[in-house]
Amino acid sequence: MSIALALDEAGRKPAGKRPYFLDREVERVLAITMAAVQELAVARERIDTLERLLEAKGILARGEIESFAPSPEQAVERGQWTQEYLARVLRIVQQEGEAIAAADKGDLYSEEVAAELTADARG
Amino acid sequence: MDGSGEAPIVAATVDYDGMPDSRVVGRHGMFPHTTHDDVARINFLAQLNRHLAMNVAPFVKTAWEKRAEPAARAKAGRPAKDRHEVRKALLEDPMFTTWSALRRLTMEQRQQAGRWIAVREAETLAAKAEVLTRGDSRLSLDPALKIPRYVSAVDHHCMPGSYHTELFPGDVSAGANYDVGGFITTGGLLGRWSDGGGRAIVEWVKREKPNWAPKRILDIGATLGQNVLPIAAAFPDAEVIALDVGAPMLRYGLARAKALGIDNVRFVQADASSLPEFQDGSFDWIQTTMFLHELSLTSMNAIFAESHRLLKPGGLVLHVEQPQYTPDMPLYEQAMRDWDAFYNNEPFWSTLHEIDLDARFVEAGFDRPKLIHDKVSADARDIFPAAADDTVEDFGRKAAWRLVGAER
Repeated sequence: MSIALALDEAGRKPAGKRPYFLDREVERVLAITMAAVQELAVARERIDTLERLLEAKGILARGEIESFAPSPEQAVERGQWTQEYLARVLRIVQQEGEAIAAADKGDLYSEEVAAELTADARG
Repeated sequence: MDGSGEAPIVAATVDYDGMPDSRVVGRHGMFPHTTHDDVARINFLAQLNRHLAMNVAPFVKTAWEKRAEPAARAKAGRPAKDRHEVRKALLEDPMFTTWSALRRLTMEQRQQAGRWIAVREAETLAAKAEVLTRGDSRLSLDPALKIPRYVSAVDHHCMPGSYHTELFPGDVSAGANYDVGGFITTGGLLGRWSDGGGRAIVEWVKREKPNWAPKRILDIGATLGQNVLPIAAAFPDAEVIALDVGAPMLRYGLARAKALGIDNVRFVQADASSLPEFQDGSFDWIQTTMFLHELSLTSMNAIFAESHRLLKPGGLVLHVEQPQYTPDMPLYEQAMRDWDAFYNNEPFWSTLHEIDLDARFVEAGFDRPKLIHDKVSADARDIFPAAADDTVEDFGRKAAWRLVGAER
């Protein structure tokens, strides 16, 4: 097993400059998104295998998954997880939203504050 | 699936025209170990490729007809005059650029998925290959061989390190990557052993030359030998030589052939543009399969000349390739077929398919009346029953090719 070698080598750039078809930023995000899409399919296939094996071993019937309804307590746990998950995924949107109000309150770039602090130091 | 490890080969009872699970690909003794996630990644990427070909590419054609072509015609005051003008006009259309961006990243993801398996298993695979090939005279490597510029300048089909790069002495990961990831681009259309091209040419030879018994056969650009094994199996008394410039391919290739029980193939590292080690008139049959488009004009001419020198009178040289861009092929189709040349690191593809190949054969010494032109195809129904009914134009995805060649 050469995990370290594979981490370096698997995604290596092939010789030859890469063509871009869209704005470079858009194409980069598309490539990242499609990699995530791929991994979702991989996880989905693994869950499917798990369900089928559990059914084959008589541990559950797949219909039980379809008809499963969480208890109120379980629904709360799941709801909290989903809230946390969305908050993580959409953090930048939250921060961009907060930035609108923050700007009115004199929010500055760190670089601007640095200049201010430097000026104070001289003064 | 019940976990027994055998994927169902015949399609499910529901109406499904897609590809099978990639576990239908044959697992010989050299095939790398794959995890559940590795296989799922291969399945997904194969489906993504097929989706782009069957569900997105048709929109590119619509966009060309309704949008890009009229716009280009209005701008130039005339219709496009060649495939390059068509491609440049397509680059202005968002459907073409979206499809292209998705296709390019899918090629890159395919390489990453295959290399994640092959490099992770690299030491195990090298050890297996070593056991299978140690002291075997059927493997002749030439560490001093100069890798041709057409191989080293850009990595064909975005395959990092191409056919020849070794990560360490004895490495076969390039071969294993080629083998394990092949399903992603072929979707099983080349059959259980990825040998559709080889089976297609054997079928042609048995039909067209029913009493022919070639004794010595040279396969140039053999990679893993996947397409030469059906030839070797069809002519078990023949001495077969599989030539390639890439040592990892050849090492893996001999080990794979032995694992599959094919014993009459030698794997030789050499550049076919000059083969002084072989005598004039020493071969009955010279074969290439999906190889010419990866050359250069100079090397192709040299290989044609060497083929003429090496063939016995009455011998055959046969090249299985994608079709030439003939005047009757619509410019749009030519431009779409040219995609790989510009965006998938196949730099000779465009030129190869526009030149007069017949003239090149004649320049190499072959007689024009003895040139061969035909179509060949492979049947993949053993693992992909729905493939036979698949009629969507795919610009090269299917197991159907042109045959060009000559009798000496």
